[in-house]
Amino acid sequence: MSARGRGEGRRGVVIALVSTVVVFTAIGFAIVNAPGWPEVKAQFFDWSEFKATFPDVLDAFWLNVKLFCIAEVIILPLALLLAIVRSLPGPVFFPLRILAIAYTDFFRGVPTILVIVTLGFGAPALQLRGVPQSTTFWGIVSLVLVYTAYVSEVYRAGIESVHPSQNAAARSLGLNHLQSVWYVVVPQAVRRVIPPLLNDFIGLQKDTALVGILGAIEAFKQTQIDQAASFNFTSSVCAAVLFVAITIPLARFTDWLVARDRRRQFAGAPA
Amino acid sequence: MTETGAAALVLENVHKSFGKTEVLRGIDLAVDEHQVVCLIGSSGSGKSTLLRCVNLLEPIDEGRILVAGRDITAAGVNVNEVRKGIGIVFQAFNLFPHMTVLSNVTLGPRKALDLPRAQAEARALELLSRFGLADRRGDYPDRLSGGQQQRVAILRALAMQPKLLLLDEVTSALDPELVSEVLQLIRELAEGGITMVVATHEMGFARDIADRVCFLDAGVILEEGPPDKIFSEPREPRTQQFLARIVAAGRL
Repeated sequence: MSARGRGEGRRGVVIALVSTVVVFTAIGFAIVNAPGWPEVKAQFFDWSEFKATFPDVLDAFWLNVKLFCIAEVIILPLALLLAIVRSLPGPVFFPLRILAIAYTDFFRGVPTILVIVTLGFGAPALQLRGVPQSTTFWGIVSLVLVYTAYVSEVYRAGIESVHPSQNAAARSLGLNHLQSVWYVVVPQAVRRVIPPLLNDFIGLQKDTALVGILGAIEAFKQTQIDQAASFNFTSSVCAAVLFVAITIPLARFTDWLVARDRRRQFAGAPA
Repeated sequence: MTETGAAALVLENVHKSFGKTEVLRGIDLAVDEHQVVCLIGSSGSGKSTLLRCVNLLEPIDEGRILVAGRDITAAGVNVNEVRKGIGIVFQAFNLFPHMTVLSNVTLGPRKALDLPRAQAEARALELLSRFGLADRRGDYPDRLSGGQQQRVAILRALAMQPKLLLLDEVTSALDPELVSEVLQLIRELAEGGITMVVATHEMGFARDIADRVCFLDAGVILEEGPPDKIFSEPREPRTQQFLARIVAAGRL
């Protein structure tokens, strides 16, 4: 970088710093001085209420963490399998392809809450032997069913974005279709769809709150309990903070992962 | 059903259409073992399609293709088995961008030939060293020059130890100064005696290495013969026109 470039770089940092401070101070000032702010503060940002409800909400939030971790571990391979099944060529696999398409169309179209309520209340009500009664179990099953449909479409988009010449090169070496898909197409496809996969993972994290409808005490359900007792909504802010505390680091981690991979694979990628 | 003394490759009346466009209109061609046959002709004459048909990347509509006397276009033939014996190198390299050079060259032997990793890597390193690419073994393809990428792509095909090597305009996507390193490699292979069918626009190169040159025009082999004959005294007016254009473009 030239001396002039360096100077301009330093000037840029100073300008960004000053303008940020000015803008955020102005916003903060406007909020705090707005009419009704004391009421809003008491209703949503009450510090003593925050301290009182946070431990319970945190406790309940572990159930959300458990739900989305278990669900995601099942969803990622299952959705990939579904996407690969949909890519199988030849008339023999026609029924499998039809099944995969029907599954995706159905579970992508049905509201998640409907699936959760139907399975979570309906399946245990059957009173069949061997059918679990646990709301956590049915919550996970519902989330897996719905999100597998979404995630398999993400994988499929990735698979279709890999140029056919890659498959041709693999097949020309004598690899069969599945070997070509597994060693050549899927690794490239997955790298390309990591950002949308993360998107769906965050969606899943948020939708674990729907399992609270079944009566499981997860973060959202806990905030409702707190609110029923105190008529104060600060506990909702507690829950929001917890959800965001997971998503933001995860998003940065994924960005780093993608950047590292690009650095390794592509010449001229920013170091 | 390998017949002893059978030609390495025989095409009999091969037809191929894409939709309504007939790309190959009855190709007859025989290539003997250790022979190098060059396919010349303008873009769209069917050179690439012919090679892709031989590798069974495209199914043919009519006729048959025999490799070492065996009909590879017959019903029930295992295409994967056939392809293990036929290498093909593409104009656009088609290296696997997510794999290192070494992994690119070992993938076929490891997965299609079930070679243990150590053995596949030893074979790959031997090839890479012989052609001056051993120090790039840990690099991803994007870090290599076009010429290096294409040489790796050729070695990837060679690592399968094919009986027959098909080269599809392998220098057409390269900067002019990178062409010679690739041609040099192919020359060495030709001297090594591997049977090759080479589609090319490099007429000087074709003249050097070919045992026989075939001029394709609109999906048929219009004229074929030894390179001296084709380049010096072409019989067909279409061949003469094509070569005149090449000469005018300064490529012969």
